[in-house]
Amino acid sequence: MLRVTALESRYGRIPALKGIDLRVEAGELVALVGANGAGKTTLLRAISGVQPVSAGRIEFDGKDVNAAPPEERVRAGMVQVPEGRQVFGPLSVEDNLRLGAYRRGRAESAASLERVYALFPDLVERRRQAAGTLSGGQQQMLAMGRALMARPRLLLLDEPSMGLAPRLVAGIFACVAQLRAADTAIFLVDQNARAALAIADRGYVLETGRIVLTGTGAALLADEGVRSAYLGL
Amino acid sequence: MSAQLAQFLLSGLTVGAIYALVALGFCIIYNASHVINFAQGEFVMIGGMAAASFLGAGLPLPLAALAAVALAALIGMALVKFAVEPARGASVVTLIIITIGAAILLRGLASIVWDKRIHALPAFSGEQPIEIAGATLAPQSLWVIGVTALIVAALWWFFNRTLTGKAILAVSHNRLAAQLMGISVRRVLLVSFGLSAALGALAGILIAPITFTSWDVGVMLGLKGFAAAILGGMGSGPGAVLGGLTLGLLESLGAGYISSAYKDAIAFIIILVVLVLMPGGLLGGRATERV
Repeated sequence: MLRVTALESRYGRIPALKGIDLRVEAGELVALVGANGAGKTTLLRAISGVQPVSAGRIEFDGKDVNAAPPEERVRAGMVQVPEGRQVFGPLSVEDNLRLGAYRRGRAESAASLERVYALFPDLVERRRQAAGTLSGGQQQMLAMGRALMARPRLLLLDEPSMGLAPRLVAGIFACVAQLRAADTAIFLVDQNARAALAIADRGYVLETGRIVLTGTGAALLADEGVRSAYLGL
Repeated sequence: MSAQLAQFLLSGLTVGAIYALVALGFCIIYNASHVINFAQGEFVMIGGMAAASFLGAGLPLPLAALAAVALAALIGMALVKFAVEPARGASVVTLIIITIGAAILLRGLASIVWDKRIHALPAFSGEQPIEIAGATLAPQSLWVIGVTALIVAALWWFFNRTLTGKAILAVSHNRLAAQLMGISVRRVLLVSFGLSAALGALAGILIAPITFTSWDVGVMLGLKGFAAAILGGMGSGPGAVLGGLTLGLLESLGAGYISSAYKDAIAFIIILVVLVLMPGGLLGGRATERV
């Protein structure tokens, strides 16, 4: 479904991604783990088309999307929940959600709104509240709900558990597992490598702009190098 | 209230409404792109000049006005297409300099396409003055104030009630997130420049029967609108309206009670005072951003 080949990206003269190869198949949950500064966010942004790519290919559904602007990738079904939630603070919760379905019709948007409210009941009672007044956990739910409004077939999640209390982290990961069960492919980037690999079908380990290791989630969890570098074992 | 004061207030409100329209144009583009569009005044000029020339070509006044607004909107969008977009990724300062260049170009083109003479539009509904509290009010002033009120209401509706308007707000609050939601920043820029240009042109058409128009009126009207936007708080819609009306009233009172020689200086004194003492403006407020 998503295929990334020899992808390179740079900030000025400093390379951030040095030839990334990876793929995500339909319905799969793939985790990407790596230290701070390894290039995880850069990779997700490049996939979404908001970070320039200096070499390589990104294909979605077999089509080259390298030249496609971000909005076309969203329309194709590839939607990202950015790091740090990035909700539209002064706008209401419901407006945030409806903007997630900006590209879709009114009726479809209303149907999606109901589904999202069913998934995140906390948001219903706060629908008129400004998004900036929500707690961190609620903002994360809003950010995920907003992305789901676009009906993604591939959801790119950047650090969904960052800065959240452990109880909320469990909730977010349960929700991720639920989405995957509903046949949405998920590409998950998280500092919480243990939780991410535990629910992932496959995983990639990113180090200073290169994929250094790949395997099933279980295999990576058991790997000595991964255990010492990312799981603190 | 003395008749004299009433007269100053009425003329202050009239010209203030024009400043408010120009300031709203600054505000919309600033919100969408953080660019201060110094070509905003030229759209005011294009509105007046194009309407005068369409009228001269035989179009009835309403059609001439409509055509002039449409022309300005097209030029605004062309500015995005041919000047802002090719500089994609350039810093905001670069983009602002580009708009200054565009202003010079538009002014020069206007003096060639049209001429360097002063033009007037006829008042929309006669010249018979209306008397209010001993002061006289030209019917055109009612047009200026009425149309401005309508536009302000329409803009409020657009930005608070339509998804397109909220998408523009979303881009201004968080461009990255807006892009990731599938909102095309390119389209938002086109819409905001087109809308701002149309507002400026409308201001130019409304004021032309009162103050006349010529190829170079854009400089001063643009700067006054900029002062109004700064006074109200750059980026705030209600602030732009409040800033415009305040500036118009201060100018008119200052010209009346101090000296009309200082009329234009007032706007610039306001810019200096606001920037030094309260950079957020009257309704700007958001001086710091959460990280």
